[in-house]
Amino acid sequence: MSSLEESGPARYEDAAPPGAKAVLRAAVTSIPAWLAAAVMICVVAMAISAPLIATASPTAIAPAERLLGPTSTHFLGTDALGRDTFSRIVYGSRLSLTVGAGVTLFSVGIGLIIGVFAGYFRAFDMVVMRAMDGLMAIPGILLAIALIALTGASLTTVLVAITVPEIPRVVRLVRGVILNVRSEAFVEAAITLGSRTRRILWRHLIPSTVAPLTVQATFIFASAILTESTLSFLGAGLPSEIPSWGNMMADGRMYFQLKPGLVFFPGFALAMTLLSVNILGDVLRDRLDPKMEKRT
Amino acid sequence: MTAVQKAADDPVLQIKGLCVALAGRGGKQLLRDVDIEVKAGEITCVVGESGSGKSLTAYSVMGLLDPESLRCTGGEIMIEGENVLTATPRRLRELRATSMSLIFQEPMTALNPVERIGDQIEEVLEIHCSDDARTRRRRILEMLEAVHLPDPKRIFDSYPHQLSGGQRQRVIICMALILNPKLLIADEPTTALDVSTQKQILALIRELQQKFNTAVLFITHDFGVVVDVADNVVVMNQGEVVEAGPRDTILRTPRNDYTRMLVSSVPSLVPRSRKSVTEDVVLSITGLSKTFVRRRLLRPTTVVEAAVDCDLTLHRSEILGIVGQSGSGKSTLARCIIGLETPSAGRIVLAGEELVNARGNAFRERFQRIQMVFQDPYRSLNPRVRVGESIIEGPTNFGVPRTVAMQRAKGLMELVDLPVSALDRFPHQFSGGQRQRISIARALMMEPEVLVADEAVSALDVSVQARILKLLESIRVETGVGLLFITHDLRVAAEICDRVIVMNKGRVVEHGSAEAVLVHPRDPYTRALIDAAPGRHWDFRNFRPL
Repeated sequence: MSSLEESGPARYEDAAPPGAKAVLRAAVTSIPAWLAAAVMICVVAMAISAPLIATASPTAIAPAERLLGPTSTHFLGTDALGRDTFSRIVYGSRLSLTVGAGVTLFSVGIGLIIGVFAGYFRAFDMVVMRAMDGLMAIPGILLAIALIALTGASLTTVLVAITVPEIPRVVRLVRGVILNVRSEAFVEAAITLGSRTRRILWRHLIPSTVAPLTVQATFIFASAILTESTLSFLGAGLPSEIPSWGNMMADGRMYFQLKPGLVFFPGFALAMTLLSVNILGDVLRDRLDPKMEKRT
Repeated sequence: MTAVQKAADDPVLQIKGLCVALAGRGGKQLLRDVDIEVKAGEITCVVGESGSGKSLTAYSVMGLLDPESLRCTGGEIMIEGENVLTATPRRLRELRATSMSLIFQEPMTALNPVERIGDQIEEVLEIHCSDDARTRRRRILEMLEAVHLPDPKRIFDSYPHQLSGGQRQRVIICMALILNPKLLIADEPTTALDVSTQKQILALIRELQQKFNTAVLFITHDFGVVVDVADNVVVMNQGEVVEAGPRDTILRTPRNDYTRMLVSSVPSLVPRSRKSVTEDVVLSITGLSKTFVRRRLLRPTTVVEAAVDCDLTLHRSEILGIVGQSGSGKSTLARCIIGLETPSAGRIVLAGEELVNARGNAFRERFQRIQMVFQDPYRSLNPRVRVGESIIEGPTNFGVPRTVAMQRAKGLMELVDLPVSALDRFPHQFSGGQRQRISIARALMMEPEVLVADEAVSALDVSVQARILKLLESIRVETGVGLLFITHDLRVAAEICDRVIVMNKGRVVEHGSAEAVLVHPRDPYTRALIDAAPGRHWDFRNFRPL
């Protein structure tokens, strides 16, 4: 009789161990993910140990050595003020990662709180979501430029200016998940067990948002780095003596035909970082999304 | 024997030694040596519980196995002498609809919602024959007429959402039979429908099958349906055919133990006579109504009266059944009683104390005295929380220390016949029946005076269902809890309930002892409901007709 109790639809855990072909295919398809992870590790290591890696001070001006090509002391040459391009790229990764991590942390944190409230307390929903719709209607970069123009450029204002336009996206995502899960029978069961709202939120609703939020966080991370570079490039970001990939490209633009490396090298660092973050985000999505999981 | 006679006796569908396994090296065998034959003009029912491989068999015949995850490892499927398994994809497409066609379980999703009914049926004709547009339209209208759809011209121009579930299933049958295929495969075609609609659809399939001399492979889990439609029966269990034969042989004198167990698990429609419960009244409801009002801008307000002026009383250690079709308001009534919906009017008195719908703590208090078991055991437990944590959630909400609650949980595991180690595991490690036991234990943790079970056994296989019903019965005896048992299944109600109330369109139309209501119904609606119950003339427990 007990064997009957166990009968049920075939589970996918029962699937056979994959053959050699499948293993090979899995290995080949996972190459980009490994490369992306390697690039990210390099960038993070670069940011952490910037003083050790950099060959010169990123802000030291040396008019005699300006606009040099790659030499033994300056791997990637120098810019119009004689600053070492390699060292500036190394220090620039610090700023990019700080902005990426900061914006991700704040926008996910604030977005999660607002999203949970909007999704669970229906009275909030109308008001909050209309405010979010309003925010989303303004192009993020314009909003950021306006905010910085009002308050002046500093790391804090750049962080705030990039965070604010990202929040509505997180709120929408969280609200959607909460709305979905709150009609599940296990949430109703928790209500009939006399659970307080706080417990229902923490135990039954918020854990469901972790997977989609993690994926969204990687995209916010990439988009924040890009937005910071764009702001710097447009001259609306941090002052130009501070090493940032966007600033470097803006400065190098004038000498692009003479020394294309001044734009190319920071641009390459930016592009590789963004590509890696996005690939890792895709990998996370495939791993965390239950629908994608079933198909593999 | 003449050639003509021989052709008539040859089976239309012959499955020989069919084996299907999960793809990949050493993949698990899902079907082993399945042999099934269906002759022209016969209905062969394949019965089995979930996971028995009955749907997989049907999909193999249609050539619908997903090659990414499943593969055929042996056997052959012959349709009129042609092997489907070795047919080219092109030939397979030709065979579908002309030689074989399929009716799906879910009439809501099997039709394209953005295309008119007529166009969808026409597509079949366009692909498979060379009729001109006029002839196509005529054929479709004739066929719509043949499946007894009212006003075929209007149906032709309708979209699926404008039709009821039963009408949609008729459209699908029309589509399946329009090219007069030799073989019709019906995969649980009535499971998603109400009993009264089910009865009509079954009659329709029988009628058309005789008219066109079609061979029908009918997949079902419901022995009531088997009694009503089958000529032959094939019983499947865990991917194997355990017994096959003419209907009466299987139902009267099953040889296989599994078949015997399965058939005898089907509850009888005739309740045993029970002594009426004379304990105190624990729950009384008077004049309960629930109206859903939807106000919309610039459009008329819609008002749905889900429950109208309902009265009921429940005694201690009594099981009161609430039966009715979908939309009759039985679930709304249950949700109002437990407190998941706020009633529009009426009084709910629990052991002499009126339940108020105040928010906050006063509202939460009621859950110590009244608890609920939900329908779908796969969704009523949080998949991320260990079973033990889920079970003690209730008591700890009301200040019982964790260790005390855990101790009580261990005791309850014994009562619901699960090992104590179950507490440390996650819900996905359990089958549906085991999960429902966990849900019952969770509700009992509060030591409630009233337990509301909303279709608590509807999602379970019949053998598992029988055991859960036994469990509820023993819990009633041991704890003296009053049980409000909501079900659409009259057999289940007859099996377990002391008294029954029947609901229709939000109103209570009949109430009385189970025997009085189910054997001598007074209300015409109750009579119709009992009349529509499939297999009502068969006493499964005693292997004989009533």
